[in-house]
Amino acid sequence: MEATIATENTADGTWAGGSNKPLGASYGKMMMWFFILSDALTFSGFLAGYGLMRFKFIDSWPIADEVFTHVPFIHGHYPMYYVALMTFILIFSSVTMVLAVDAGHQMKKAKVTLYMLLTIVGGLIFLGSQAWEWKNFINGTYGSLVLEDGKIVQFVDDAGHLIALEDFVTKSPTNQRVEHTRTNGLWFVKDAGAIPPYTVNEVVESFKNSPNVNLRTEQLNHDLKKKVVLSREEANQFLAKATGVVKGANLKINEYGHTLFGDFFFFITGFHGFHVFTGILINIIIFFNVIIGTYERRGSYEMVEKVGLYWHFVDLVWVFVFTFFYLV
Amino acid sequence: MTHNQEHEHESHVGLIWKVFGFLSLITIIEVVLGIIKPDSLHLGKFLGTSYLNLIFIILTLVKAYGIAWYFMHLKDEKTSFRRAIVWTGVFLICYLSTLVLIEGNYIGDVMREFTRWSY
Repeated sequence: MEATIATENTADGTWAGGSNKPLGASYGKMMMWFFILSDALTFSGFLAGYGLMRFKFIDSWPIADEVFTHVPFIHGHYPMYYVALMTFILIFSSVTMVLAVDAGHQMKKAKVTLYMLLTIVGGLIFLGSQAWEWKNFINGTYGSLVLEDGKIVQFVDDAGHLIALEDFVTKSPTNQRVEHTRTNGLWFVKDAGAIPPYTVNEVVESFKNSPNVNLRTEQLNHDLKKKVVLSREEANQFLAKATGVVKGANLKINEYGHTLFGDFFFFITGFHGFHVFTGILINIIIFFNVIIGTYERRGSYEMVEKVGLYWHFVDLVWVFVFTFFYLV
Repeated sequence: MTHNQEHEHESHVGLIWKVFGFLSLITIIEVVLGIIKPDSLHLGKFLGTSYLNLIFIILTLVKAYGIAWYFMHLKDEKTSFRRAIVWTGVFLICYLSTLVLIEGNYIGDVMREFTRWSY
């Protein structure tokens, strides 16, 4: 009976969770671990869902190296570099967090403060980097055509590298369609969405006039791990089915291929980004608690350790997102 | 319980930096392999995927181990507590991903015949 009586264990105050220490862990730390376990299962559910859809469309899944190629201030095709940088930022902020926990064990308030601050800054840099990555993904790189059955076709040069629509498409002088806004027309009428930079006709005509531009389907050649490039005649048959120009990505369509690729990207990195965001908020709260000396008075910096667990978990999840979205 | 444990903690700073170096090294290997994608690893097939993918997955698990054991201090927890967390997670995640990936593979096989790649 003794174990079930809560009132007996208040000697150490609410935040110590009483003197019961099942499995040698304090109440708060244990619950943080069980929360992390359940959250890990949530994330693995998402990643497994991504895996399910990827295996379902294994013949036509987009190649991540061709999607995430931007590096700030540099033009060109640089896969992996930016996301590698983001990974390092997050790992480093994990290091400063664990240093804060370590300093907390030794009751060094000044050090804990400094390392917590560095962790928060690292988290903010990571969030900003992710926003930039989203911006590039949403704005798109090359532009492509969508066929009537939803398939995406892209344009490549003779070497097989993707080329942007603006590199070979000429705008016809009669095409002057601009996006309708409330200020220049009926206020209650809205355009269905952003108007693509070119019309289907302009792209098709320009393609016919550019012999060194080739059409590429979503289909993957599994032996070479490359997308299939069409012959000229096949390309014309494909282009006859084109219904729209796609630039960039949203939840309904994206220029890189399968809609689900974009959906999972937004969903999983978004959910992870939300975790980073809440982690930063909790870190800030604990940071101010450290400054005003709450834990100094409490005699233990265990709270820093608990929030540290959450922060490391966010890093842990990113390790897997990085692998399954960018590497594999 | 008295406040007895606080002052006997020695600093682990050296170990923390060592783990950081180790994690960075693994990340650099992953990134270099991801950029080069050597054909011998990328195009070979083993256990249903390429050698390269298997290397990535193994390196990722090693990285996860490093973070959980040293940064999250799992190695300092009681064995029973550690097992309650790690075994539960590992079992459920293996279970889920095995079933789901086999199913995805099956759907892909069925769908293949119904997907047109010519017009």
